[in-house]
Amino acid sequence: MSWPTLLYKVSGVWGNHEGSMLLWALILALFGAAVAIFGVHLPDSLRARVLAIQALIGVGFLAFLLFTSNPFERVALPPPDGNGLNPLLQDPGLAFHPPLLYLGYVGFSVTYAFAIAALLEGRVDAAWARWVRPWTLAAWCFLTCGIALGSWWAYYILGWGGFWFWDPVENASLMPWLVGTALLHSAIVVEKRGALQSWTVLLAILAFSLSLLGTFLVRSGVLTSVHAFAQDPARGMFILAFLLIVTGGGLALYAWRAPQLANQSYGGGGLFQPISREGALVLNNLLLCTLALTVLLGTLYPLFLDLLTGAKVSVGPPFFNATFVPICAPLFAAMCVGPFLGWKRAEIWPALATLRTALAIAVIAALVAAFAIDGRSTLAAVAFGFAIWVIVGTLLEFAGRLRLFRTPLSDSWRRLKATPRASLGMTIAHASLGFIVLGCVGTGAWNHELIKTMKLGDSASIAGFEVKLDRMDALRGPNYVAERATLVVTAGGSPFTVMAPERRLFLVQRRQIAETAINTNLMRDLYATLGEGDAVNGWVIRLYYNPLAPWIWLGAAMCAFGGFVSLSDRRLRVGAPQRSRTAAQPAE
Amino acid sequence: MINSNRLLYFLPLLTLAIMAGFFAWSLSSGRDPAAIGSVLVGRPAPALAAAALQEGAPPLTDALLKTGKPVLLNFFASWCAPCQIEHPLLLRLAERDGVAIIGIAYKNKPEEARAWLKRLGNPFKQTGIDPEGKLALDWGLSGVPETYLIDGAGIVRLHYRAPLSERDLATILPLLRGGS
Repeated sequence: MSWPTLLYKVSGVWGNHEGSMLLWALILALFGAAVAIFGVHLPDSLRARVLAIQALIGVGFLAFLLFTSNPFERVALPPPDGNGLNPLLQDPGLAFHPPLLYLGYVGFSVTYAFAIAALLEGRVDAAWARWVRPWTLAAWCFLTCGIALGSWWAYYILGWGGFWFWDPVENASLMPWLVGTALLHSAIVVEKRGALQSWTVLLAILAFSLSLLGTFLVRSGVLTSVHAFAQDPARGMFILAFLLIVTGGGLALYAWRAPQLANQSYGGGGLFQPISREGALVLNNLLLCTLALTVLLGTLYPLFLDLLTGAKVSVGPPFFNATFVPICAPLFAAMCVGPFLGWKRAEIWPALATLRTALAIAVIAALVAAFAIDGRSTLAAVAFGFAIWVIVGTLLEFAGRLRLFRTPLSDSWRRLKATPRASLGMTIAHASLGFIVLGCVGTGAWNHELIKTMKLGDSASIAGFEVKLDRMDALRGPNYVAERATLVVTAGGSPFTVMAPERRLFLVQRRQIAETAINTNLMRDLYATLGEGDAVNGWVIRLYYNPLAPWIWLGAAMCAFGGFVSLSDRRLRVGAPQRSRTAAQPAE
Repeated sequence: MINSNRLLYFLPLLTLAIMAGFFAWSLSSGRDPAAIGSVLVGRPAPALAAAALQEGAPPLTDALLKTGKPVLLNFFASWCAPCQIEHPLLLRLAERDGVAIIGIAYKNKPEEARAWLKRLGNPFKQTGIDPEGKLALDWGLSGVPETYLIDGAGIVRLHYRAPLSERDLATILPLLRGGS
């Protein structure tokens, strides 16, 4: 059996509703085991509670599997070759997309368990924040990879160059990511300054709740989506009940016990001025949670409106472009400034003075984008400027940390080796966000598109390339028949590359999938799709020139890498700090 | 000690309760989120003007919809597989229940539509042809087969965007028998 076929036989397990729930339960169990193994330095009572809650969640999922989604139920008349995996999923990108996503969703179940355990114990302190951090980081990194992989897959399989559609299922993965990012940042304040305890606990509960909400939306049939698995109200009721128990229980416990958390103080009382590192992190949380709320509102609005008035609307890119994108602006603006601010109380002007170079470069970049690169969209030029601001500002902060060019290089090198990996991770992750936005701007606003019906021998030109349809072949794959076009691409007369887009018809399911041909030099994508047609009338060929498209996914991979670097930080590996002297040790 | 600050902590739980209420309502109401509905229902029927499928027969006009009795209008095509599936049901409606059905062949060659009807049986009282789909545009067609029920007063009462099924008969027949 060939390797790809084996991969799809394995990934076929989770290519449907029941199997994907089985995968969820497996990852839940694995994370519980990881907490048991790696959490040996946790206090016994906390570890016991965390494992108990993790197990309770597992019971819920296993019950769901048993009673409504049994993957082992016998099919009455099993087809001899099986049903075959949905052709859309016969793809390496999509084979790994669910496991990575679930590692993210389920990872947040561990932070949820920690939050509930903290509420039960009645104590949230710096040690708790430090214990929670690696699990939050791990979940966040995997979720970033899962979302990016899904977006990349959509880009190269759907055939028209889009990579994010604000589909309910995409939004369902974005919401926990946004709240998870907020959680990562607010946990820093809990760890370093002993403030924002009850808020951080709330975020931990909400991150996992949004993961569950996503599961509910996709599998219950309340929303239509290209991704939606099952349209089964009975299953929907079960998941809803589960969601109510987990989220409702968690939030009820929060409402009851969180006020006591606010009364605890340690490490200085946790007061801070608005202009301070804590203030910047609060602003970060505010903006990220507003973004998450916006996405939630946009996703659920059609449902609410339909129930209340019977009117059918769809909420898509126009809404999100008008709301989500502008809110990102203050977030990006503040992202560079925050790391310069000191704890408790800081001056804003010294920070801004250091960043004035970044501001100048960003403004020049925006002007260059508007007037020299592509003037079609002012918003794109502004976003370009913001992205450059983030990249340059983050690098300037890093250079300042190393005292680059102000002390001998050997001194900078020494400082680099002494920089905590958490700071390195932050720099990498923040700068990557800038690269992602650059990619989005390039592909979204500055792309070239050409749709042409071409007969054999016809040529088309796009973005300085000449594309000639040289030949058409019919071919057979292991489970499909296909038509393949050979497109000879020349640039300025000299041969550049040959692209071979295909249109595959999968025999078992009778579905057609386009295999796009993408030529990339990591700075831009040249993208070709083959549509319907025949020799007499010609075939529909779609050509796209997408500048900076690879930076979206390279940026996302770098972002996750930054998270992993932060995960390897020494303070997360050497164990918990001593409990602060002001908190009394409980008699257990 | 309940004070306003403490009540704030209940806000997330309250929000969840409201959202869950909507979700439960949605699940129990049996709504289909993918259903688009039809703009024509409840409105006067669009104009009907088509050449007759049978050569030499008079063209179809609005008069057919304003006879004072309810009538079904069915768009079909010989190249449409689901039309073939619903065809026996239409035959039964015409022969057994005496329903007046007007058929319009959509984007079909006349000889192919005629051959198809000859092969499968003709349930239609009058048959027209819409070779370029102009009539279909007026009637908001999104594909074939589509069936409209127009009551005796010329108001569109039902609009099915899928092949008729046995389940739909339960809704159609009372309206057809009850008159306008």
